[in-house]
Amino acid sequence: MLEASYSGAEAALAERVRDAHDAGETVEITGGGTRRALGRPVQAARMLSTEALSGVSLYEPGALTLVAGAGTPLSEIEAALGAEGQRLPFEPMDHRALLGSSGEPTIGAVAAMNNSGPRRIQAGAARDAMLGVRFVDGRGQVIRNGGRVMKNVTGYDLVKLMAGSWGTLGVITEIAFKVLPAPEAGATVALEGLADEAAVAALAAALGSPWDVTGAAHVGGRTLIRIEGFAAQTAHRGPALATALAPFGAAEIVEGEESAALWRGVRDVSAFHNREGAVWRVSIKPSEGPRIVAALKAGGDFEPVYDWGGGLIWLLTPETGDAGDAAIRAETRARGGHATLARASAATRAAVEVFEPEAPGVAALSARIRAEFDPKGVLNPGRMRS
Amino acid sequence: MEMPTPDPKVLARKGEIVARLEALLAPGAVISADEEVRAYECDALTAYRCPPLAAVLPGSTAEVAAVLRLCHEMGVPVVPRGSGTSLAGGALPTADCVLLGVARMNAVLETDYANRFIRVQTGRTNLSVTGAVEAEGFFYAPDPSSQLACAIAGNVAMNSGGAHCLKYGVTTNNLMGVKLVTMEGEVLEIGGPWLDAAGIDLLGVICGSEGQLGVVTEATLRILAKPEGARPILMGFDDNEVAGACVSDIIRAGVLPVAIEFMDRPCIRACEAFAHAGYPDVEALLIVEVEGSPAEIDDQLGKIKAIALRHNPLELRESASADESARIWAGRKAAFGAMGQIADYMCLDGTIPVSALPLVLRRIGEMSREFGLDVANVFHAGDGNMHPLILFDANKPGDLETCEAFGAEILKLCVEVGGCLTGEHGVGVEKRDLMLHQYDLADLEAQLRVKDAFDPKWLLNPAKVFPIRVTAPRREAA
Repeated sequence: MLEASYSGAEAALAERVRDAHDAGETVEITGGGTRRALGRPVQAARMLSTEALSGVSLYEPGALTLVAGAGTPLSEIEAALGAEGQRLPFEPMDHRALLGSSGEPTIGAVAAMNNSGPRRIQAGAARDAMLGVRFVDGRGQVIRNGGRVMKNVTGYDLVKLMAGSWGTLGVITEIAFKVLPAPEAGATVALEGLADEAAVAALAAALGSPWDVTGAAHVGGRTLIRIEGFAAQTAHRGPALATALAPFGAAEIVEGEESAALWRGVRDVSAFHNREGAVWRVSIKPSEGPRIVAALKAGGDFEPVYDWGGGLIWLLTPETGDAGDAAIRAETRARGGHATLARASAATRAAVEVFEPEAPGVAALSARIRAEFDPKGVLNPGRMRS
Repeated sequence: MEMPTPDPKVLARKGEIVARLEALLAPGAVISADEEVRAYECDALTAYRCPPLAAVLPGSTAEVAAVLRLCHEMGVPVVPRGSGTSLAGGALPTADCVLLGVARMNAVLETDYANRFIRVQTGRTNLSVTGAVEAEGFFYAPDPSSQLACAIAGNVAMNSGGAHCLKYGVTTNNLMGVKLVTMEGEVLEIGGPWLDAAGIDLLGVICGSEGQLGVVTEATLRILAKPEGARPILMGFDDNEVAGACVSDIIRAGVLPVAIEFMDRPCIRACEAFAHAGYPDVEALLIVEVEGSPAEIDDQLGKIKAIALRHNPLELRESASADESARIWAGRKAAFGAMGQIADYMCLDGTIPVSALPLVLRRIGEMSREFGLDVANVFHAGDGNMHPLILFDANKPGDLETCEAFGAEILKLCVEVGGCLTGEHGVGVEKRDLMLHQYDLADLEAQLRVKDAFDPKWLLNPAKVFPIRVTAPRREAA
């Protein structure tokens, strides 16, 4: 990994973080700039771009491994993988249409926010596909953890800690991924008109079947179940699922590009594109999904999109008052799980906790870890916690 | 094996420590007689032994918390233990430690098929987790070879893998939540039956931390629906390199087998002599298993066969029945037992990029001649996790030391070609002193800081994972 074309850029970035640390000045980390409106707004003295850390430094299709600099555009990585009939397993969401942003999403942001789409339920999250990272901590020290092989228990797994830390523990400079073959075929078994509770029950039945479901969503009255693999597999599994789900209603099987488009819509939450309001992302035990939505709807205006078999709920609600904060967090406190404010104005994101408040013991532990990695709190201050 | 000098102040207070532990726990849960603590003097790395000061077998999370709080207050090191099957010495005691075993905590607390998880106390064995859900058509995916005996506590501590990781991942990919007791005795709930973390991913760093960050007393584990069926194909080649190329071609063709196992000639011969599985006498043998309906399996095995035929296999045997499948697996599953019949052996666990396989096998062969010890290789080829078995004679003076030196050279080679020291067994004491071949001091320092945040007094399993001279300032300051 050391011979990457962006090694010089990594050294320069470390120097800039060291300088910020010494000066006690805060830094906002940016990549392609398409996701700056996620998390709490950062008020930093300096900007730090990962743009120069760009390029695929190693790709071995026969070993299912790809290593890239954090500033590499996601599109470049997807093109390289596509040329070999492979892909990132975790289907990262493109936030541009939901947030109304523009630019080129980078792989560093995908890693830093542990960005995983519908295939999360079967192929794991971004953090599960991350085999190794290099990052610059809050002192400006370059640190390496993990590697480029699929099984590695050598020392602590800081790769997971970096994934989803939103740049608050370090600036990720390079990531090694496990990749997977792109399937020959994909199809969607679709049911119409199910109420939320029945829909999540149908998704649970599908996910409890032997047919290796890779997507399970319920959007706008349509219940969608995806299967992928060789053509012979989808030809077997589609009808088998439709038969197994017959108690929930008649199923239609959608194939090819039409099926792929449905899942791009689920991944990017297209149901809420170009619509006013705050958007929340709730992660919860799937069977609680319809219950939390019913409870919220009884007291306010909430529209859901269900993914991950009901375990991930996107909620659209008017951005007035606390934008639904108190109502939603009352439910997550009672039922488990957690809610993140995924889209709102900077003023709202500064006023309410964007990430679910943690239990005191966990919050204190997380704060101690942050202090170990970034003692002066210079990296993305306030992105996760005020 | 160098271990820290036992703290004389702790040794001197043994009577008081035992009395206070006995006041906290049920009768019989504290073991302190010299002849009885000997049962805990080692794990599966039997070359190293040291009886603990005392062993405790708490029956609840509250009791675990009480023990840890007391040991924290009295400055007594604690070594956690699951079933004691670690091959790396992860549960090796020190003379001044309280060994904390979770074996009595083995209940299933919750099974939820609609939400596809099981919550267990971590003394439960790996195989009995699957046993608790298989009647409903589910299974727990990570399947270490020791799964009959090993506990979920140890699986979480070591981030254990198994033969089916290529498709299903290792423990960390199947762990949704834990109840963690810190060294201070605080009980933390981290994660739960949902698929991502609320804040920074503490669960991710706890898994694989070798019992150094806290004691995990409960785990929420993802369970999966069993596939319709599975069937293997066996292939023999006259060249390791060709077998390696065949693995790579299968993966590139878009087939994702559930397991790809590789054995070299010494391993094949030993297994055949032991298990009579009908293996051909070839240089390299692959067992590739796929899952699905009978027709899907036929389709995938057809694709794999077509690829294999391009590499001129000496043998190509597709299983047509459950009986034939069992025979194909019989030899592989007997590999460790077969080796144990021939000699004492040390099992290594390095991982390499699959592309480096031919080079690494050639170099291991050369080193085998240099050190004068035989090696047999068995290998999870899909993910590059090697298990070279070095054969030696424990009764021959110096043989163990030669074997360890040889093993260290193999692991350094794994790192040199872009791999790592351990793929699934953990560092423990066994590979502790090789860590600086894998990581720089600064890389290790970042890991030590995580331990500082969880266990500021460095009392939990303190002599493991990192070279002891690297951790000495922290252990001595605390």
